[in-house]
Amino acid sequence: MSQKALDSVQHTLPQALVERYEDITGAHWGIVNQEFLLPLLRYAKETLGFRLFISMDAVDRLQLPIHKPRFEVLYFLYSPAEKAHLRLKVLVEEQTPTLPSAHSVFQGALWAERSVWDFYGIRFEGHPDLRRMFLYEAFEGHPLRKDYPLRGRQPLIPENPVLENPSKGPGNNCPV
Amino acid sequence: MAPLGFEPTPPNEDPLDSHLNIEPLIVNMGPSHPATHGTVRLRVALHGENIQDCDVEIGFLHRGFQKSCENVTWAQCLPYTDRLNYVSPMMNNFGFLSAVEKLLGLDIPERAKYIRVIGAELHRIHDHLTATAATSMEIGGFAVFLYAVEARELIMERVTELTGARLTTSYGRIGGLNRDLPEGWKDKVLQTLERIHLVANEVDGLLTRNRIFMDRMVGTGYLSLEDALDFGFTGPCLRASGMALDIRKAHPYWAYPHLDFDVPVFHACDNFDRYRVRMVEIHQSLRLIRQALEKLPDGPVLIDDWRFALPPQEAVLNTIEGTMAHFKLIMEGVQVPAGEVYHSTESANGELGWYLRSDGSGRPYKVHIRAPGFQLLSALSKMVKGKLLSDLIPTFDTINMVGGEVEQ
Repeated sequence: MSQKALDSVQHTLPQALVERYEDITGAHWGIVNQEFLLPLLRYAKETLGFRLFISMDAVDRLQLPIHKPRFEVLYFLYSPAEKAHLRLKVLVEEQTPTLPSAHSVFQGALWAERSVWDFYGIRFEGHPDLRRMFLYEAFEGHPLRKDYPLRGRQPLIPENPVLENPSKGPGNNCPV
Repeated sequence: MAPLGFEPTPPNEDPLDSHLNIEPLIVNMGPSHPATHGTVRLRVALHGENIQDCDVEIGFLHRGFQKSCENVTWAQCLPYTDRLNYVSPMMNNFGFLSAVEKLLGLDIPERAKYIRVIGAELHRIHDHLTATAATSMEIGGFAVFLYAVEARELIMERVTELTGARLTTSYGRIGGLNRDLPEGWKDKVLQTLERIHLVANEVDGLLTRNRIFMDRMVGTGYLSLEDALDFGFTGPCLRASGMALDIRKAHPYWAYPHLDFDVPVFHACDNFDRYRVRMVEIHQSLRLIRQALEKLPDGPVLIDDWRFALPPQEAVLNTIEGTMAHFKLIMEGVQVPAGEVYHSTESANGELGWYLRSDGSGRPYKVHIRAPGFQLLSALSKMVKGKLLSDLIPTFDTINMVGGEVEQ
């Protein structure tokens, strides 16, 4: 069914899909041209019936064999009538990590885009309130980028130093 | 504190107090508040008792789930999934394992499929009882909480007997389960189901036609079906908005196609119907577990393929092939071919989806979790805007966000 949806997208918006492929489990994916992202989402929602916003995320391809452009942004939609998922991808360059915000089509994208911005540093133009979703505003960098270190902790409040004598409790007056 | 951009207070047209300069009162609920179970901070701008604007701030429980998963083997991700939805950990375990198995193209033994259904449905009852109990307690019905916790405790005991832990179950392995049912467990579960049935009826009798409860629940937390789909509602909250969408029926998995159950649908889109969907689903889950226990086939619970599943201890100690397979699985992990998959199962609060990406190195390249509560919580501020502050509490309760999965 998602194959049929991609067919009809290709028919109506011929420039919107850059590429189509099937993954190893047999599911169909469409890679979307950035400029046609919003028209495509609107068409999928209003005409094809993919009304349920499932989810959104990104992948940093830095360590994959094909690593340019660097980011993939994923959109998952669902059609309750046809019982089918629509899986879409947009490729995003590292130098200009921006995409148009989809919140005018799906309100569920409001938070999903905030979490992508938080984790990957991809900006969504036109988003009314693009704050970080999980981390705090003073956090530097974007932790799910592959070049962010695993132990790159940035505590807001300084963490307790490791005690020299492990049998001694914290504080200066604590008995040994 | 980030600027919220609250809308200005509407001009006061009453001539007697129009000279008063009324500003919105900003109230902080949480991150540690008795009525918000979970570490969520709600900043509410009040005009009198009406909510002008509500800003939901999450992240207090953020643990870097995705980053942690990207740095361990596929099997080592399993304990992290326990901690996502800590009210129904087995559903997370099995959901994640199903996605990995789909990526590997594995089919698990029949018996394991039935036991997965039993485990998942036990935890669905557990989750719904918790949601209902918390809702009731937070709007003043403490007795219901005690009844529900009694039934919850029974489920906890059965889960402990099955998995060895109350909360951090880590039950299931890639290709099946790590252990079979304990002896005599079936009968104990049947007795537990009897008791849950009585408790569910008791809760139903105390709440469903209770005047105080209905006044707080009927008509509050309204969100139209159109908006619900737009925000990504799934599970009980979507079914309370008039859409019969259940992944167990739409895309059957495990043993669900062989079992008979109904999907409740209500149409009022409010808190009361979300509660009613949960109550009906408890009874449907009881039905499912009874059927699954009855039809439970004999046989192994883990596939016999040493590329994916650990060999039995006997083989590890006595044969070189077993030792090698064990060593390779522990040290290098399951070799998942390069590729990607999106797979979802119906968890207690809605669609629990996994997007997994493998680069063939034995570790996940990307683990995306589609937490049902995240999309539900994103609609909270729209659901309460312009309503009374007291409506915020039942609305927050019936969407039943669970901090672990929402904040990853």
